[in-house]
Amino acid sequence: MMNAIPNIAPALPEIILLALVSVVLVVDLFLDEAQRDLTYFLSQATVLLTVLALVSMPHSAPVYTFSNMFVDDTLGRTLKVLVLLTVSIIFAYTRAYSAQREMYKGEYFSLMLFATLGMMVLISANHFLTLYLGLELLALGQYALVALQRDSARSTEAAMKYFVLGALASGLLLYGMSMMYGATGALGLQQVATALSTGTVDHQVATIGLVFIVAGLAFKLGVVPFHMWIPDVYEGAPTSMTLFIGTAPKIAGVAFFIRLLGEGLAPLASDWQQMLIVLAVLSLALGNITAIAQTNIKRMLAYSTISHMGFVLLGILAASQQGYAAASFYIATYSLMGLGAFGMILLLSRAGFEAETIDDFKGLSKRSPWFAFVMLMVMISMAGIPPSVGFFAKLSVLRAALSAGYIWLVVFAVLLSLVGAFYYLRIVKVMYMDEPEDTHPIEGEFDMRVLLSLNGIAILALGVFPQPLLALLNHAVVQSLR
Amino acid sequence: MTMTPYLSLSIWVPIIAGVLVILFGSGENKSPLARKLALLGSLAGLVVALPLYIRFDPALATMQFAEFSPWIPAFHINYHLGIDGISMWFILLNSFTTVLVVVAGWEVIQDRPAQYLAAFLIMSGLINGVFAALDAILFYVFFEAMLIPMFIIIGVWGGPRRVFAAIKFFLYTLLGSLLMLAAFIYMFLKSGQSFEISAFQALQMPLNVQILIFMAMFMSFAVKVPMWPVHTWLPDAHVEAPTGGSVVLAAITLKIGAYGFLRFNLPIAPDAAHYLSGFMIALSLIAVVYIGLVALVQADMKKLVAYSSISHMGFVTLGFFVFNPLGIEGGLMQMISHGFVSGAMFLCIGVLYDRMHTRRIADYGGVANTMPKFAAFFMLFAMANAGLPGTSGFIGEFIVTLGALQANFWYAFFAATALIFGAAYSLWMYKRVIFGEIANEHVRELLDINHREFALLAILAVATLAMGIYPKPFTDPMHASVNKLIQQTTMKKI
Repeated sequence: MMNAIPNIAPALPEIILLALVSVVLVVDLFLDEAQRDLTYFLSQATVLLTVLALVSMPHSAPVYTFSNMFVDDTLGRTLKVLVLLTVSIIFAYTRAYSAQREMYKGEYFSLMLFATLGMMVLISANHFLTLYLGLELLALGQYALVALQRDSARSTEAAMKYFVLGALASGLLLYGMSMMYGATGALGLQQVATALSTGTVDHQVATIGLVFIVAGLAFKLGVVPFHMWIPDVYEGAPTSMTLFIGTAPKIAGVAFFIRLLGEGLAPLASDWQQMLIVLAVLSLALGNITAIAQTNIKRMLAYSTISHMGFVLLGILAASQQGYAAASFYIATYSLMGLGAFGMILLLSRAGFEAETIDDFKGLSKRSPWFAFVMLMVMISMAGIPPSVGFFAKLSVLRAALSAGYIWLVVFAVLLSLVGAFYYLRIVKVMYMDEPEDTHPIEGEFDMRVLLSLNGIAILALGVFPQPLLALLNHAVVQSLR
Repeated sequence: MTMTPYLSLSIWVPIIAGVLVILFGSGENKSPLARKLALLGSLAGLVVALPLYIRFDPALATMQFAEFSPWIPAFHINYHLGIDGISMWFILLNSFTTVLVVVAGWEVIQDRPAQYLAAFLIMSGLINGVFAALDAILFYVFFEAMLIPMFIIIGVWGGPRRVFAAIKFFLYTLLGSLLMLAAFIYMFLKSGQSFEISAFQALQMPLNVQILIFMAMFMSFAVKVPMWPVHTWLPDAHVEAPTGGSVVLAAITLKIGAYGFLRFNLPIAPDAAHYLSGFMIALSLIAVVYIGLVALVQADMKKLVAYSSISHMGFVTLGFFVFNPLGIEGGLMQMISHGFVSGAMFLCIGVLYDRMHTRRIADYGGVANTMPKFAAFFMLFAMANAGLPGTSGFIGEFIVTLGALQANFWYAFFAATALIFGAAYSLWMYKRVIFGEIANEHVRELLDINHREFALLAILAVATLAMGIYPKPFTDPMHASVNKLIQQTTMKKI
């Protein structure tokens, strides 16, 4: 009985991904520089096959396996598909950019895919150890990816900062988990929840553990006051990596929050809600206000990310199914906007030129009316103005927070999103109302142009018809969380 | 029952036309095509809006031409459209104004005309959506989406300080609407998960809650109207906007604020409306008197008309908050009339600006000598702006003053001063610009209006006079809806 082979079916997509990544890793060893496109296509195939594996799995109630350390449920699957699609788009967006900057190497693909595997494990984790395992797999990949441009002092500095602070956060998280283990005697999320809800647990110990866990989570997601690494890493990393860090792992991070707080530590909701309120308020305020002062667009987007994470927290702190669904919807749409925004920066960059400042967007509507429109959609969506999907994302988290009774928090968030509108609007202003400084024609591979256009259209289309995505995530949350 | 979805058509026809203009009309040498397409689109938009008046049943107070289909079931948001005797007018006015704006920009706009025209067409459709929406979120979506084309119109084709004006316009408006959104979500939760405006209207709420809701929506609509003291965006936006932008701003978007009061504030929070009526009337009278005086001293013609718009809109809000049928109908008449008159005033200034590239009153003088036809039209509109009997400007102001008199003598007293100030600033400006000696060489070389401009001004002149002489066709469809509104506002909802 002890040696029985566990049911591997629920983890099949992860296993497929792992096997295929290994193939990519090995195949790439035998390729020279000119054949690197083969690695690219193999990596895309890997991602898409994994998506296929996920989609073709039969629908079922949550299945637990590997001694309850791993769970396969609808929420997990949905978020994993979102992560994988995001990664696939990232590969497409960054291909030309990486090739021009000597980052188009085998490591790039394998690291990215291993990080993706980490995200999938993180999303499906049902145990403190699995959570940690997934998180570290993701984080190690990211540290290395940031430092991929070895000769760039800025990237190396960003990677060092990221690594040191990330390691500190992991430490905090582990420490919190160990406290929680001390209090409850369990590491599995359900067992912890059961132990906590019986009321026999020393509340003080559990709360101290909770503080460390929340701090660790906050570090990883990048919310104030644990946000210091975000602007430096966003600015310092090559844009292709910023695109990666800013999108897919955020989805996994939200899943991580929902699993850990919404499932494992649900009995302590009244404690962590208060912490999240503080984090959300600070993130909204600092993110939005500091973003105004930025001239570097990557830095501006970094602060904007912080404020968006504040909005995500508004959904989570409602501590209801509605709230988790809203947070998932928000993060899904956010990654779409992030892809669009960083994709635009990549599009404007070319060999020997980094589009980094807001001024690089000057007069874009004269250089390319269509891509100016795409960026317009991204910006109004980030500002939460209809008819873009960002509006419904904000609406859903605000509704969840209001349902939970946080009226003043909602008013506060609403007022700060006005502040946010200002700096997004400034990009629109620069694009439409200023004269171009850089009259170089827009380059960019055909596939990237098509995808980026679709990205912009998707933001508008989901803004007009948000129902399918909303319903999908609502359904996933209802199916998966009690 | 299958019927032609006139409301959907009047929303989507201009939007689709706008998209087509941008698709087929942008690029070198394609401007003539863009202009023709845009004219066709705006005319089509007007044609599909006309049945709204022709087939409108004035006896009914309910929503007509209703269309309903679920839009976002996850949030209980519906695509619910319908109009009553109040909103019908603004859809017509808007569709009508769009045609004028397209024609007005015909030769003047040389920089990216396809984008300019498309922005107006898309905005026109969105504004029709604002007036037709019966679902609060649908309303909000149109209400906000409208800002983007306007922002771009002001910011790209405006005057020297256009960027500042565009951002100020956008942020001011957004501030208000975000608070309104919070109020909507609150009422959504209270009303058992419904965003229907009628559900909000049926909601029972204690006075203090009503006051908060009222204030949240007030912030949004007061900025739009604009009421004193949140009016400061308007002179900036007007002055910097291109002529077409000013026309739409004055003729249509200001009306959205006032319409919002009628559709949201009064029926949803009637007790708060009564409680705060003194406050609202005070703000309205300040707008009428103080802003009227401010208009008097303006050196820039567009600024003068912008301030006069604020003053006229003060009349409208005054009429609404005396809570009698005269006041509300007078306010509505004033809104329609102001749509014609202020639009015409801005077109007239545009005519001068296109020739002289200055809006300063001091740069003109003696224009009557070189542009007699223009001077005649301008005279009529200046008189209408001053509220001369026989023009549409008189009807609204007169009925509102009567309504105010029923409520309180002093309201009517202060309101009536506007007739004096209005005459003073309109006619004084007219005198300085049109009469007198020819001021300089530029004026001497002026050419009178061409056929296109003549047609534009003539249409508006006919509308202004028709409404002034025989207003009955305008007021008839309003009665039932206004009476229903009065009923709703007198009901206690606490």
